[in-house]
Amino acid sequence: MPMPETIAVAMSGGVDSSTVAAMLKTEGYTLVGLTLQLWNQRRLAGKPGMPETTEGRCCSLDDVYDARRVAEHLGIPYYVVNQQDRFEQDVVQPFVQEYLSGRTPVPCTLCNNHLKFAQLLDTARQIGAERIATGHYARNEYDPARYRWVLKRPADTSKDQTYFLFGLTQEQLSRSLFPLGNYKKPDVRALAHEQGLALANKPDSQEICFIPGGDYKQFLDAYLADQGETMPDTSGELVTTTGEVVGHHAGIHNFTVGQRKGLGIASSTPLYVLGINGAERKVVVGGNEDLASKTLRANRLNWIAIPQLDRELRVQVKIRHRHEPAWAILAMAGVDEVTATFDQPQRAVTPGQAAVFYDGDEVVGGGWIL
Amino acid sequence: MMRRVYMDANATTPLLPEVFEAMHPYFTERFGNASSVHSFGQQARGAVEQARMSVAALLHCRPAEIVFTSGGTESDNLALFGATRPGDHLITTSIEHHAVLHAAEHLAHCGREVTFLPVNAEGVVDPDDLRRALRPNTRLISVMMANNETGAIQPIEEIGAIAAEAGVQFHTDAVQTAAKLPLDVEKIGCHLMSISGHKMHAPQGTGVLFVRKDTKIEPLFYGGTHERQRRAGTENLAGIVALGKAAEIARKGIEEGAPQQIAILRDRMEHEILARVCEAGAHSTRAPRVPNTTNLWFDHLEGEALVISLDLKGLAVSGGSACASGASEPSHVLTAMHVSIARARASLRFSLSKLTTAEDVDFAIEVVPQAVAKLRELSPSYRKHQESMSLSS
Repeated sequence: MPMPETIAVAMSGGVDSSTVAAMLKTEGYTLVGLTLQLWNQRRLAGKPGMPETTEGRCCSLDDVYDARRVAEHLGIPYYVVNQQDRFEQDVVQPFVQEYLSGRTPVPCTLCNNHLKFAQLLDTARQIGAERIATGHYARNEYDPARYRWVLKRPADTSKDQTYFLFGLTQEQLSRSLFPLGNYKKPDVRALAHEQGLALANKPDSQEICFIPGGDYKQFLDAYLADQGETMPDTSGELVTTTGEVVGHHAGIHNFTVGQRKGLGIASSTPLYVLGINGAERKVVVGGNEDLASKTLRANRLNWIAIPQLDRELRVQVKIRHRHEPAWAILAMAGVDEVTATFDQPQRAVTPGQAAVFYDGDEVVGGGWIL
Repeated sequence: MMRRVYMDANATTPLLPEVFEAMHPYFTERFGNASSVHSFGQQARGAVEQARMSVAALLHCRPAEIVFTSGGTESDNLALFGATRPGDHLITTSIEHHAVLHAAEHLAHCGREVTFLPVNAEGVVDPDDLRRALRPNTRLISVMMANNETGAIQPIEEIGAIAAEAGVQFHTDAVQTAAKLPLDVEKIGCHLMSISGHKMHAPQGTGVLFVRKDTKIEPLFYGGTHERQRRAGTENLAGIVALGKAAEIARKGIEEGAPQQIAILRDRMEHEILARVCEAGAHSTRAPRVPNTTNLWFDHLEGEALVISLDLKGLAVSGGSACASGASEPSHVLTAMHVSIARARASLRFSLSKLTTAEDVDFAIEVVPQAVAKLRELSPSYRKHQESMSLSS
């Protein structure tokens, strides 16, 4: 009998990854449970604007405890791997820099690209597991006709996480298992119950994992203070599309395209942030009708379903996690840049977010909105 | 069943069968409270005092100078908190166990002045640094006898002499030396000494603080008059009995040369592993070391992955110090020795005990080089390094 394959399971202490471990165990794989220690929640406790105790979701001791209990329950070895330095360098610092330059970042994608499907895969391989399994809602499979690994939306479209996975390379896809791709969330909870997992009713995590309470502005202040830096002065003017100054703002990091609240100016019609000019520290405001864009540009591309874009392609484009993909024509506009021209103008195209291109259920590729 | 070899004795050791046998009746038929007047109490009291004598014999002190505690951490805290007052100056080192280090850091927030002495590249404190750190208000010096991560033995007799000369109290955390080195509180000249039971084959949750006669310490706990009013709380009877038995066995072992036997195994393992792995070495080898510990570095890999790989192969060792989640952090001891962060992350501690066999050592000599080779094969930094080496040659 051949030795069963060893798979490393990325365990967060949540229902999804715990159920993945239980499922694979039932299927007879040899498993090693791994949790990435990414961020020390206590690090910013008591810093300006932060509570004395911070109970965030990310890498909290409770989650590690839960993951450890599951591993124990399943009888699999379990280890916590310290990747705090890499996480800070590859996720937290870019997150802070993006906001300070007037963009709205997607830290989960960076974490997938640099930690979960990079560092964790390396560690898995080093300890004898060629593949890792995660609790992501997505599907991946090899298409022999195209000689490519493809990434597809999951059965439970309400939990679709492919938006955060567009950066995966062919090698990363070939070494990843997404066992939940064909399940609906309620079925996963039912499975967790069936497997006797004590955390089957644990609530889903929603917010950015390293930002307790979800207040990113508070986090920026506290993080910069922790680094011994002060928040750079990015205050400036609020201007209309015609350049008319209508007010002042305290810093560009307080704004996101499409934002209505917190502009601090009175107007007879609702005003929205249309764009942020980081270099001139200007925030452009206007009416809802001005918020729609016919096109977007994106760079730092990654292609999954195709080796490269060599002709115009009709795709559906998703411009933020909770966005209904919109039809567009995709065309190369430089070495590592595309233009997407929408059939219908799209509201609040936001620099810093990812644009992910779909062909039906398949992820064609994606890039970062300029 | 996979073979499992334990080489993490500096973390904890299993009970010896004789120790387990000695403590066993004190859970059931001899269960009395040592403070009770009746015969059950008297029986318990007798057992506690017998154990106290046995521990006193190990430390070469009077039985009345032994305070039983819940372990090394409590002993260290009792010494540091109990012997200093706000306004006092405390001198310790940057390589202490967290039980001293974090207690000292907390004391710095509670009105004490605290100096952390540096160490040299071998992880040893320079007594001259201590001399220079003394202040008129220095109340306590706390320097560990041997380091838990490197095994490096500190010049504590010299430190004891400096303390005596300056009229300052001296505490030593001897947790990693009991059963490994002869302990003589007179020779060392310490006023306070911490010992942990489970590092010497007694159960977890047992410990000792030696408190020299006429050394005044404030208790951490208030309650009954147990332990001459130095540590309130009903005695951990079975644990204390076990500790007494373990101390007796340790003393006999030292007389019979048990530590030297462990050193032979340790030295062979260290030598054979390093003979099979290039770009590797051992920390603190130019310092005197406790006989059971070796801390090896293997450049171009992540120690964390090596610890996991070895565990999956059946060899239990440790790397760095564990943080709350169980992930490992670069060792504060190695960084205090100015070891680079990369090398500190690539360092593993192997700690043996009298239960370690020659076969266990053979097993380590076989699996460690294999695991290192596999990790390096997959390490981008090692590949890059290999390429640059071949280019330059």
